[in-house]
Amino acid sequence: MSEKQQASVASSGRFAVFSYKATPYLYVAPFFILFLVVGLFPLLFTVWVAMRNYNTITGDSGWAVCGAVCGTRDQSLVGNFQWVLHQRDFWMAMRNTVSIFLLSSVPQIIAAVFIAWVLNANLKAKTFWRMGVLLPYVIAPSACGIIFSQIFSDKSGAFNVLLQTIGLAPIAWHADTLASHIAIATIVNFRWTGYNSLILLAAMQAIPTDLIEAAVVDGAGKARTFFSVTLPLLKPTLIFVILNSTIGGLQIFDEVQMFNNGTGAAGGANNQFLTVSLYLYNLGFNKVTIGESNIGRAAAVAWLLFLVIVLVAVVNFSITRKLADAETRGKKRMQKKAQ
Amino acid sequence: MTTRTKNGMGTPALEQIYGKNVARTAKRARAKLVMTNGEKRAGWGSYLVLSIALLAFLFPLYYAVSIASQNSTDTQYGVRSLIPGTGLMKNLALAFEDINFWQALGGTTIVTLTVSVSTVFFSTLAGFAFAKLRFKGRNLLLTLVVATMTIPQQLTVVPMYIMTTKVGLYGSLLAVIIPGLVGAFGVFWMTQYLEDALPYELIEAGRVDGASMGRIFVSIALPAAKPAASMLFLFTFIGSWTSYFWPMLILGPNKNSMLTVAASALKGAHFTDYTLIMSGVILTAIPLLVVFVFTGRQLVSGIMAGAVKG
Repeated sequence: MSEKQQASVASSGRFAVFSYKATPYLYVAPFFILFLVVGLFPLLFTVWVAMRNYNTITGDSGWAVCGAVCGTRDQSLVGNFQWVLHQRDFWMAMRNTVSIFLLSSVPQIIAAVFIAWVLNANLKAKTFWRMGVLLPYVIAPSACGIIFSQIFSDKSGAFNVLLQTIGLAPIAWHADTLASHIAIATIVNFRWTGYNSLILLAAMQAIPTDLIEAAVVDGAGKARTFFSVTLPLLKPTLIFVILNSTIGGLQIFDEVQMFNNGTGAAGGANNQFLTVSLYLYNLGFNKVTIGESNIGRAAAVAWLLFLVIVLVAVVNFSITRKLADAETRGKKRMQKKAQ
Repeated sequence: MTTRTKNGMGTPALEQIYGKNVARTAKRARAKLVMTNGEKRAGWGSYLVLSIALLAFLFPLYYAVSIASQNSTDTQYGVRSLIPGTGLMKNLALAFEDINFWQALGGTTIVTLTVSVSTVFFSTLAGFAFAKLRFKGRNLLLTLVVATMTIPQQLTVVPMYIMTTKVGLYGSLLAVIIPGLVGAFGVFWMTQYLEDALPYELIEAGRVDGASMGRIFVSIALPAAKPAASMLFLFTFIGSWTSYFWPMLILGPNKNSMLTVAASALKGAHFTDYTLIMSGVILTAIPLLVVFVFTGRQLVSGIMAGAVKG
């Protein structure tokens, strides 16, 4: 402590009181200042950009105009939104994003629960197995995308070689719509299944042993115990995992951009695996034309994507709450019976 | 919940006769008994399932090495690429030159370390205030922190790009560092941890001894926060190291200043020569794989303790 500080502390109790009152604000300030700069301000700014005729290079030039696709040259606050909603590629990207999201999250969560259940057994070398399933997590999503673009190469990828070896026809993992969605979903599953299984494993270990014991004593087998005791108790964690994969999954970009082979559009020759984030990137940053509202339209896409994320989250939440309600009702009924 | 074993009385009966402690001990002993009967030693099925999972997780890495080790640069790898060739070192050396490995590694290291250290420090600072200090607006501000965790990155990408370009940071590592200096998740995580881990008595004792707030933070809060802080450091480190979208967007032509971007740029430059592209991927993956070998144990316990990012 400097002499000056010592003097001030000693001379005035008022300073000490002030210092005690002010410190908490001082401590939380760095976060909020940064949030103001890289969070709140951009959030407000993006509302503005989405309404403007904003070019990536030349900048702002008045309110947005939807243009030829809407058959109007009038300026409008929602011009960018109208333009985006008139694009076939946008709807294609929406469809692909939701499809890839479903193909990745559903099997992934089922596999993660299963792996967690296996990991929860009394294993030898526990840490080894747990670390093993976590390994893919340290490989960057973009790197995963490159590796899997080769595993799922249409001509001579590992998967097709395998199929041909056992006498099956090769699959066009890039050219075909559904096949490409499955391939990209596999990249996501590769990286996140083990990670999620560890979260679920922790939740399983938190289940009181006397609950499992009671089920076993009542004569329930392993499967019965799992479905009637373990799974219902995992629900809060499952909701957390599902919400996480929703927010992440709908924004998917790295894996998809790197999945594309060779030249051509990054979402595939016919945009068969173009996602919303990739569309946003192409629109705002990759295919910039002077005179067009590139980045303004990209901002509009961002808001539409946000809307979908919120919508899916709300649907998720209400479904799980309904299930929870049903369960509470069931429990009450059981309690009544017991009485 | 009544617990009853086949021989002997239920826990409530034990509790009535011998008291709570005896009942609890009996319950635990029985739980152990059931565990040892039913769950002791996982069967070979468990090991089989886990081995298959592990092989599935390892195969892509093996395949990457296998492609990177081929000698010919034609695109028809086919069956041959499942069997490693002899060109691994040669290809790695080529990729090493091509992506300017030391520069990319240096850039990624600078970004990742700055972001991780800063996130941990400011998160602990804010977490300490939220968990242990009383001040007006505390609840409101904490709610705000939680709310900001739900904002998707894509929503702020457009304005951040415009702002970064306007202040002349396009292409600079600072453009990658600044948005990552502190995050809502870290603040929330440290708040939660310090609420339980740091007793008020310790802070009071510090105050009675005449320690300043700063002194209390450094000498009392920081040591108490260490376990959670090191987890936060590790996860921020990996998140930052593997990030691609924002760095790719904002580094622009300076592709070789970070590893993920450099490796992906190889794909644009040599889109048919996968021996070289995979070599680049391997080079960029190696540093984090090394980190994983040393910290994998902590990562596992971190995820299981809830150190997961939303």
